[in-house]
Amino acid sequence: MNQKHEIRIWAVLFWMMIWQFASMWLDSDILLVPPVSVVCRLGQLMLTAVFWRSVLFTLSRIAMGFSLAVVTGSVLAVLASRITRVKELLAPLMLIVKSVPVASFIILALIWFSSRNLSILISFLMVLPIIYTNVLCGIGSVDRQLIEMAQVFRISQLRVIRYLYLPQIMPFFYSACSVALGLSWKAGVAAEVIGMPGGSVGERLQQAKVYLDTPDLFAWTLVIAVASLGFEKVVLFLIKRAMLLLQKMK
Amino acid sequence: MIDQICVSKLTKLYDSKVVFQDMDMTIPTGETICIMAPSGAGKTTLLRILMGLEQADSGSITGVEGMRFSAVFQEERLCENMTAVENIRLVTPSLRGPIITKEMSRLGLETCCNQPVSELSGGMRRRVSILRALLAAYDMLFLDEPFKGLDDVIKRQVMAYVQEKTKGKTVLFVTHDRKEALSLGAKIFALSELSEKK
Repeated sequence: MNQKHEIRIWAVLFWMMIWQFASMWLDSDILLVPPVSVVCRLGQLMLTAVFWRSVLFTLSRIAMGFSLAVVTGSVLAVLASRITRVKELLAPLMLIVKSVPVASFIILALIWFSSRNLSILISFLMVLPIIYTNVLCGIGSVDRQLIEMAQVFRISQLRVIRYLYLPQIMPFFYSACSVALGLSWKAGVAAEVIGMPGGSVGERLQQAKVYLDTPDLFAWTLVIAVASLGFEKVVLFLIKRAMLLLQKMK
Repeated sequence: MIDQICVSKLTKLYDSKVVFQDMDMTIPTGETICIMAPSGAGKTTLLRILMGLEQADSGSITGVEGMRFSAVFQEERLCENMTAVENIRLVTPSLRGPIITKEMSRLGLETCCNQPVSELSGGMRRRVSILRALLAAYDMLFLDEPFKGLDDVIKRQVMAYVQEKTKGKTVLFVTHDRKEALSLGAKIFALSELSEKK
């Protein structure tokens, strides 16, 4: 869980230098734009309202898809852990969602719905099986002997959930979220690139590709990476805080 | 007020193996009853049925309806991420910290009140689980080989504490150690006497 000190400044600078030398060697802004130009272009983009509207458009939809998947996946996992038939019913569905390529879902969704909210559906579909599987594993890992103990002492259901179930489930939930957060961004933006909903980051990325505007392409890619990382850090920080609060007994 | 718990014609099978058959037993309320049998004879199964954790194949139990139970299991069954005090408060939330600390000191646990139980020795964990059961509000207490793993000096101290705290309470105690049963002043029954066939 602890990822501190994994990214070192010197390592980042090293790879930036490699990038700079490679672009100097190729000497073509269309093939590989130097990092300085990307940062300059990003600075220009950030001064426009369109940039922030695009970021907000994509961020809000991916966050919504992710949140819906977290809630749905957790609820389904709880139901599946209690009712075997639900678990059996969901097993093929989860397998299909996990194994069908994201591009197939995107194309199918474009046939069925408009592209405007495509990234919500795609990030939802990518995150759902990860959350479902991990939360179900977490519930399964709860010590049955402790549940029996709670039954004998007649500990209230609320306390059983808070003190016996949640501490066991949360590490599974945390690791599921850390995997799913990055994936929701990758899949969500890919959906926008294919579906090109107006005013999205994916649309800007696609336009940059069409017009061979490599500085824009790199700048938007950097925006996606930073937004994805920032979103991941914020969500994981909130989960960690929740875990610490849960550990404190009232 | 019910003055006794009656177990009548209780039978338990695992697959086709008979654990006990047509067992009859009466547990007078307010007394300590000890059931003795060698390991693997079905003592724990009997306790689990009485606690409602398992179903008997046939027979009946009367007099336990609405009773509050407390238990020391063969395993400690403590929440590893919690401290000793938190484990006790999980079961009895109304207990205040100073009361728990005072009782813990009587069992030689004063130094480990706020330590996660995962860091405690086997003997300390056992004492925490005994304390958790004794401090809970209960009508009937089940003790399943509660002194297992305690050294002789600590065992004497804990047994005296258990005897003091369970005076006038309904206690069902299972063990294979006769000395332990006598020390608690329990009425002793052999499981084989209660059951028709083992």
